[in-house]
Amino acid sequence: MTGHLLEVRNLTVDFHTARGTVHAVRDVSWHLDRGECLAILGESGSGKSVSASAVMDLIDCPPGQIVSGRILFEGQDLLTLSPDARREINGRRIAMIFQDPMSHLNPVYSVGFQIAEIMTAHGVARAEARARALELMRRVGIPAPESRIDAYPHQFSGGQRQRLMIAMALALKPDILIADEPTTALDVTVQAQILALLEELQQETGMGLLLITHDLGVVAEVADRVVVMNSGEIVETGSAAEVYRTPRHPYTAKLIAAVPGTGEMAAPLDTGIGPILDVQGLTKVFGDFTALQDASLTVLPGETVAIVGESGSGKSTLAKTLLRLEDATAGAAFYAGRDLIAMPPKELFALRREIQMVFQDPTQSLNPRMSVGQIIAEAFVIHPGILPKDRRAARVQDLLRQVGLDPEHIHRYPHQFSGGQRQRIAIARALALEPKLIICDEAVSALDVSIQAQVIDLLNRLQDELGLSYLFIAHDLPLVRDFAHRVVVMQGGRIVEQGPVRQIFEAPREAYTRALLAASLDPDPDVQAERRRARAQLAEAPA
Amino acid sequence: MAATDTDAQPIADAPHPARRILAMLWRDKFAFAAALFLLLMVFCALFGPMLLEDAATRQNLRGRNAPPFDFSKPWLFWLGGDALGRPLLARIVVAAQNTLMVAAGAVASSLLIGGALGLIAGYTARLASQVIMRLADVIMSFPSLLLAVIVLYMLEPAVGNLIIVLAITRIPVYLRTSRAEVLEVRERMFVQAAQVMGASTRRIVFRHILPVIFPTLITIATLDFAFVMLAESSLSFLGIGIQPPEITWGLMVAQGRPYLTTAWWLSFWPGLAIILTTLSLNLLSNWMRTALDPVQRWRLELPRSRK
Repeated sequence: MTGHLLEVRNLTVDFHTARGTVHAVRDVSWHLDRGECLAILGESGSGKSVSASAVMDLIDCPPGQIVSGRILFEGQDLLTLSPDARREINGRRIAMIFQDPMSHLNPVYSVGFQIAEIMTAHGVARAEARARALELMRRVGIPAPESRIDAYPHQFSGGQRQRLMIAMALALKPDILIADEPTTALDVTVQAQILALLEELQQETGMGLLLITHDLGVVAEVADRVVVMNSGEIVETGSAAEVYRTPRHPYTAKLIAAVPGTGEMAAPLDTGIGPILDVQGLTKVFGDFTALQDASLTVLPGETVAIVGESGSGKSTLAKTLLRLEDATAGAAFYAGRDLIAMPPKELFALRREIQMVFQDPTQSLNPRMSVGQIIAEAFVIHPGILPKDRRAARVQDLLRQVGLDPEHIHRYPHQFSGGQRQRIAIARALALEPKLIICDEAVSALDVSIQAQVIDLLNRLQDELGLSYLFIAHDLPLVRDFAHRVVVMQGGRIVEQGPVRQIFEAPREAYTRALLAASLDPDPDVQAERRRARAQLAEAPA
Repeated sequence: MAATDTDAQPIADAPHPARRILAMLWRDKFAFAAALFLLLMVFCALFGPMLLEDAATRQNLRGRNAPPFDFSKPWLFWLGGDALGRPLLARIVVAAQNTLMVAAGAVASSLLIGGALGLIAGYTARLASQVIMRLADVIMSFPSLLLAVIVLYMLEPAVGNLIIVLAITRIPVYLRTSRAEVLEVRERMFVQAAQVMGASTRRIVFRHILPVIFPTLITIATLDFAFVMLAESSLSFLGIGIQPPEITWGLMVAQGRPYLTTAWWLSFWPGLAIILTTLSLNLLSNWMRTALDPVQRWRLELPRSRK
């Protein structure tokens, strides 16, 4: 009765928790046609994955309940089918790939076996399945598949593992591929490759691609149509370009406005005073692997220096060596004229107050068994010299207010806050020590775009108020564009390029910086089309 | 699935820690019952020998293997009599003291020593860790019962020695568990955050690591409680543990064994006491794990705030 390949109609899913019923999605309808790419865009908690989980029968039914609605696959209502019939469709007709490929590959079987297993499970002869697995590995771009087919998942890189997951999903030639945040865990250059691969495969097989993402850039890169979700409801649908150009709903407009990389770039700071931090030739070697090689950079008082690089570029190692969480192999780092690296523990302890760190994932960097008040006040317990005992409680409340949290929440525990609020707590904890330099290690990477913007605003405000310096580590170039004064680009443990933010973005000298810029995704579909062409040219140019 | 913001949960001002704990205990009816039972057992252990010592040792040959539930007899015989006609109820009450002392003593000392060594082995340099782990290997590779037999054969089989022997054989369990947990927890980011703030090793270990691994250790300890009670009874059975006329539940089970086909109650009642004690400990530790964890605690607090 409908021409659509897959159609979700008026789906409502509730989750019954001890805290009451949560409407995960309410009255959601969308459809997907053959050869089309539909993106479901939303932030965490928006319910963007729920309808796809319902399609795949992945909703756990005691807490979850499909209250109403229909899911039509080629006109057939999946919700009324028997479990056996659904299994027949799942995997064979509708396949799914996930965010983290490592946890979905079995570490004790070779990848060739795992790809072939999907086919043998559906009645393909062993030898034929293996031949086809080999062909699939070649198709998804694994180099020299003949020698890699018997390798194990840990022997592949993150991007290759996602390619293998795609190969597994495609093994049975599905009509629909559901990709749940397929590139979120990957580096930008790898992300661009995976998205290109997905697009290519879709055109080749004519399958429908359902992409679930939080990233407007991903939408701009591959999606034909987009469904924008907010707190369980669809707020807007339309073609990707249309939604970006003329968002009709205020939430969509807010989401687009929050995307970093569109504002004014900061002019280089000229304070006339010497650097607060002067790193000279810092090197860290693990066994025979050089994680950080001869890194030199400076940070001025009140300046934000961004360190950008992909995973394995040594940017986190740099932070850890500076904080003496790791011992440097060679080099020096002068803070106010004293060498951090060679400092005896006693001096180092006093210096801990001045250099603080904000970690990537606030869920993990806050002790789950301590209340917010205890977490922040720990700074005063460790460094009793900061404040006399009777003024500490008031100071904790001040700090909470300063980072935009309610001081009444002092007795709450970290899990009772949202991700953005937790990162504010972590910032308040760092501020409690009254530092001069804060090292932010991917401090906003785990947050939603709109929350990211808020935290960056907060960091900016604190810099103005308190004259802080930031060493801001990120993997994403657009993010640091409107925030940093200077940018340092790292690759494979070395600093490949550094300079004022304008120079890096407008006149990058190094090929790697150019590749990074080309690979980062812009929310504007037209800009993205432009970038794709630029990337193609870069790929053709000799390395 | 949609992860909802969890910051809308109201937290009432805590009235008083003790009242709050009692309220949380009352939420979990099983844990509440378990706590009552354990209180009763502790009472028996403290005052039982004082009150019923005579009754428990007086032989009454007419009451030999007297069946239980004979309510025409005095109340002490309601659970039946043993092979020498001594009332089982009185004997169980009196035996609670030795049993609980040996089990609690052995479990507590192995928990303390094993946990502490595990923290050291997990958090400090490689050498200390290696020494501690190899020592644990030596103890583990030696059959625990054999070790106990050798030691108790040389020392006199008193309660104190029994505790020492049982504690030594159980130390590796806590040591290995706590070391493994420490190795994991020390890599967590909040430990690194504390290091960056300049927290001392002692603070990191006791304030950040211990609270996280403590519930696991407590859970193992409650499970171990039963194991230690039974190990003590097998030692008694071999003649090197607690010796008659002293009594423990394990010893009573062992003594009732020859009569199992004719007088089941000789072994059944002390066995039941062992089971109920262990079960209560497990229920209570289960409750404690929830109550100690701020992330889980709402399960015990929520129904109250809903009213």
